[in-house]
Amino acid sequence: MLMSKSTVSRQDPGKLSLEQKHGQTLTLVLSGTWSFALELPTAEAVRPEIAAGDRQPQKIAFDCSRLTGWDSGLLTFLIKIRDQCEQSRVKLDTSGLPPEANRLLSLAATNSRAPVIEKKASRSIFFNLGQQTIRLGYSTVSFTSFLGETLLAFLALFRGRIRFRGQEFFRLLRECGDQALPIVSLISLLVGLILAFVGAVQLKTFGAQIYVADLVGIAMVREMGAIMTGIIMAGRTGAAFAAHLGTMNVNEEIDALRTMSISPVEFLVLPRLLVLVLMMPLLCLYADLLGILGGGIVGVGMLDISPARYLAQTQGAVALPNLWLGLIKSVAFGIIVALAGCYRGLTSGRSASAVGMAATSAVVTAIVAIITVDGLFAVLCDIIGI
Amino acid sequence: MSQSPAEPHIQVRDLSLAFDRELILTNLNFEIKQGDIFIIMGGSGSGKSTLMKALIGLKEPRTGTILYQGLDFWQSESWKRERLLRRVGVLYQGGALWSSMTLAENVALPLEQFYSLARTRVPELVSLKLSLVGLAGFEEYYPAEISGGMRKRAGLARAIALDPDILFFDEPSAGLDPVSAKHLDDLILEIKKGLGTTIVVVSHELASIFAIGTNSVFLDAESKTVLASGNPEEMLHTTKEPKVQAFLTRGGTIED
Repeated sequence: MLMSKSTVSRQDPGKLSLEQKHGQTLTLVLSGTWSFALELPTAEAVRPEIAAGDRQPQKIAFDCSRLTGWDSGLLTFLIKIRDQCEQSRVKLDTSGLPPEANRLLSLAATNSRAPVIEKKASRSIFFNLGQQTIRLGYSTVSFTSFLGETLLAFLALFRGRIRFRGQEFFRLLRECGDQALPIVSLISLLVGLILAFVGAVQLKTFGAQIYVADLVGIAMVREMGAIMTGIIMAGRTGAAFAAHLGTMNVNEEIDALRTMSISPVEFLVLPRLLVLVLMMPLLCLYADLLGILGGGIVGVGMLDISPARYLAQTQGAVALPNLWLGLIKSVAFGIIVALAGCYRGLTSGRSASAVGMAATSAVVTAIVAIITVDGLFAVLCDIIGI
Repeated sequence: MSQSPAEPHIQVRDLSLAFDRELILTNLNFEIKQGDIFIIMGGSGSGKSTLMKALIGLKEPRTGTILYQGLDFWQSESWKRERLLRRVGVLYQGGALWSSMTLAENVALPLEQFYSLARTRVPELVSLKLSLVGLAGFEEYYPAEISGGMRKRAGLARAIALDPDILFFDEPSAGLDPVSAKHLDDLILEIKKGLGTTIVVVSHELASIFAIGTNSVFLDAESKTVLASGNPEEMLHTTKEPKVQAFLTRGGTIED
């Protein structure tokens, strides 16, 4: 019988003694408590007795009259004895065992004959390389077709052929709009402050503190405003898109749309894309202003420039093309974030962990693409001289 | 055995369970005896799983007591509760195996956490538990590499890793085909007979309820309490409650 583990420590650990009866039968006398939590005799002690030789018995039997308790510890011992008997072709008489132990012993024996399915073997590096290459080919095709589908949906929108749910659209607008303001405010203000600090230390040595305004203004408006909002939105909204669409994929909601011949791209991707295209320039403009404010705080507080002077200097430095450039970039980044999030979500696997991976890869894809596209913009601007 | 079979394993007294302000179950009184296969049944939304969560320490009841062999579970210090939970095995609906570990590591984890066993002893015990549930040879497999039914059996191997006194099953037949479900029921019976554990099953599978249940409670979503209790077979013949009758006969489609 099994016993409560709390009482085990106070009981005698199991003991084993051997009795050779009539020269033919070896009886294993089990006494005490055979619990795996205690120190137990090992089956190795019996091995020499069972192994072939002059004294090899014909039969192994058990005497459990002094057994006070047992659990899996006894079973693992018995299984080993059984294996030894099979190896040495000695008969095993289990009638002396507790009936419950006997039952479990035969359960373990019948079940262990279940066929083992083949485990996937690890492949060579060339196999993996080839497979990755093929996969890259497939994912290029699938991304291109996703892009094409999105473009067609966009065109259909202008021909007035698409209606998506207004309520959903406004919920998304808010999610990517005013709900993003706190974090955009914090990050842009800090970026402005940091830029001003770095610039101030250098410019002070030349007595050219006033140019901190130029530095912060141009850097924020041309580059940092768009990049920082892009990265924030990739982490915040892109990941949310991927997680949401991925979860819909897991729940077969996307399949449900498809079987009703509602295109998931038109119904899910398009509103998300539009929302980001609308909201990103606004957020970027807001980030520019807060960045300049952050620079102003350093300029006024640390460098003793008057607020009016700082503002005038900024206005003089930041030409209008800079502002347009930043805003155009932010639209491009918005498209990147929306496409990366939606694509990863729609193509995610159908498990909870796959949704997590989709969200992660959406963010990584979006950030890499944002930085790369920003680099392209820099080269282009250099060529056309903005 | 440390206590007489007459003493109930679990006693539930005046238990009520609630989520925030919404009362789920109230005025629950029942006993689970040593060696019972106790079924918690009821329709969807009747609070079966919530009751199980209260019994295994995942959800604190609003009022009332749960006594484990006389020990008040929720009023005890947390270390006492933890020690008691080591004597409890739970099989969750989907198996709830840790996906980053192999089956062997899944079963070994509780053994390694709570006992300082010799290095060679753990694999022996792990193999024993896996062969008891018919998964011998699957030690090095990850949960994602085996089928849903096998994951459930592996979950059972993990639940019995510490030779528990009481085993909880949450919807054991859910998501299994009838044959696999029957196999799992047989396995539950076989393990119960071998290990002598008390078993508590949350289920609404009639076939399984009648096949294995020795005692039960029927929970009702509307009155939020126990409508009937006792052996499911007897309940079928004796109950006067139309709801229980309808449930046990699939709305009157099974003649018995």
